[in-house]
Amino acid sequence: MALTLDLVLQVALQAVQMFLVVLIAPLVLGVTRRVKARIHRRIGPPLMQPYRDLWKLLHKEAVLAHNASWLYRVAPYFVFATTWVAAALVPTYATGLLFSWSADLIALVALLGTARFMLALAGMDIGTAFGGIGASREMMIASLAEPAMLLIVFTVALVAGTTQLSEIAATFVHKSVGLRVSLGLAMFALVFVAVAENARIPIDNPATHLELTMVHEAMVLEYSGRHLAMIEAAAALKLVLYFSLIICLFLPFGMATGEKTAAALTIGIGAYLVKVLVLAALLPIGETSVAKMRVFRYPVFLGGAFAAAALAVFLLFVSRGF
Amino acid sequence: MDKLSFDIAHLLAGSMLVLSFLLLYQDRITAVLNVFALQAIALSLSVAWQSVAQGAPHLIVTALIALIVKGFIIPTALHRIVRRLEIHRGVEQVIGGGPVMLTGLGLVALSILLVQPIKEGASILTREDLAFALAVILLGLLMMITRRNAVTQIVGFMSLENGLVLAATGAKGMPLVVEVSVAFSIIIAFTVFGIFVFRIRERFDTVDVGALDRFRGEQRDQL
Repeated sequence: MALTLDLVLQVALQAVQMFLVVLIAPLVLGVTRRVKARIHRRIGPPLMQPYRDLWKLLHKEAVLAHNASWLYRVAPYFVFATTWVAAALVPTYATGLLFSWSADLIALVALLGTARFMLALAGMDIGTAFGGIGASREMMIASLAEPAMLLIVFTVALVAGTTQLSEIAATFVHKSVGLRVSLGLAMFALVFVAVAENARIPIDNPATHLELTMVHEAMVLEYSGRHLAMIEAAAALKLVLYFSLIICLFLPFGMATGEKTAAALTIGIGAYLVKVLVLAALLPIGETSVAKMRVFRYPVFLGGAFAAAALAVFLLFVSRGF
Repeated sequence: MDKLSFDIAHLLAGSMLVLSFLLLYQDRITAVLNVFALQAIALSLSVAWQSVAQGAPHLIVTALIALIVKGFIIPTALHRIVRRLEIHRGVEQVIGGGPVMLTGLGLVALSILLVQPIKEGASILTREDLAFALAVILLGLLMMITRRNAVTQIVGFMSLENGLVLAATGAKGMPLVVEVSVAFSIIIAFTVFGIFVFRIRERFDTVDVGALDRFRGEQRDQL
């Protein structure tokens, strides 16, 4: 009997984690938009606006191009599903949940890569020039960002001795790992990668549909109705996922790592929400202080992230003596 | 305590290496000078920490020389030169940002591999400092090769010298007189460089050393 209760509790905790990320995702987007508007001295949309947008889109008619294939219709749900799985796997408020064994950093990179592959295919499916150029640029960014991401994974894995997110977070909370330049460099690189992957300034502008330099918006330009709702939700979820990843790897304090008492869980959820809100406020500040980059400058930007991550791995090798 | 001391030394020496990379990465001349000043400050902090960790009080003098001469006097003078030459808004065409960064990473890996066999008779701290110092020296050389502006080449040379000081302080027992004479030679070299930059400018109306190639009998397609 106790075993069943325990199992129910574990499933419930995992469900909390799953639905927490999906529920706060539009709110986080709302906060970033609001802060950005305030910096621009505008009033900005209400914080709940992204929820209303999603609600509205879900009730609108979905218009499809005549030559759209099944791929085009499936892609939004597929992208949302893979992003949700990835976001649900990153430990947010507690470690050692029911499915934590599957939360491997490399698996996470693979899940995001699958979602991006699907979105790029959908962008090219109906054969408009805009979708094609968006897809090709997205793939260019991905080919630059993924090596940097994998080097970040190596750095963290070398320090913690595992690629499992839950155990990494527990290691960083409990064991003192000392002052590590490598971790600082890896965090720096992860922020760069997160900016590029989430199509934020200086790589891409999330607020425009007009510029010829847009990437993500160009791919999803033909979507409407519930399909667009899925894609927007997936984009918001991806932002939360990267925030959670930064929090889990580099700021894991406050996470419930041991016994899952009510107090520890409350502290864990509270700390997580505060940290996400701080990051959501910092992102638009960073975005406002830089200018959008030319497409041909992306390799320099992401090359910086790659160099930082590679340097992090090298520094670890020196201090450990191989 | 010992672990903490090692971690701080690692942090300071590592940040010098990171700043060396930042020097390679920057293409704005004032930004290059600011990063150079930061690197000199990181060097002086690192040397000061070595003096605490090794119990060698004379290293404090070295740290002070690095801080005052290379952290303040030389960057200020370079800023003045750049402003008088009116190139302080210039964006330098770095030859292939990506390949240079990759070469830099390769040089760092090379210096780590070179220092790695030194196991006996050297503490891990010395070994690490040597690896970092070698990497900083090689990156300074790389910067001198890849830049075409005479002022940034000077910065490359000075950052190379930063690496030399880091290597010298990592090893125990560098006499103070050596450090003082190195500092003086740096100042003299800097003066010579400064005069040369103005000479080049007077003669060719640019500080791009590519303009000199014609006078060496070399051909280059783009100026």
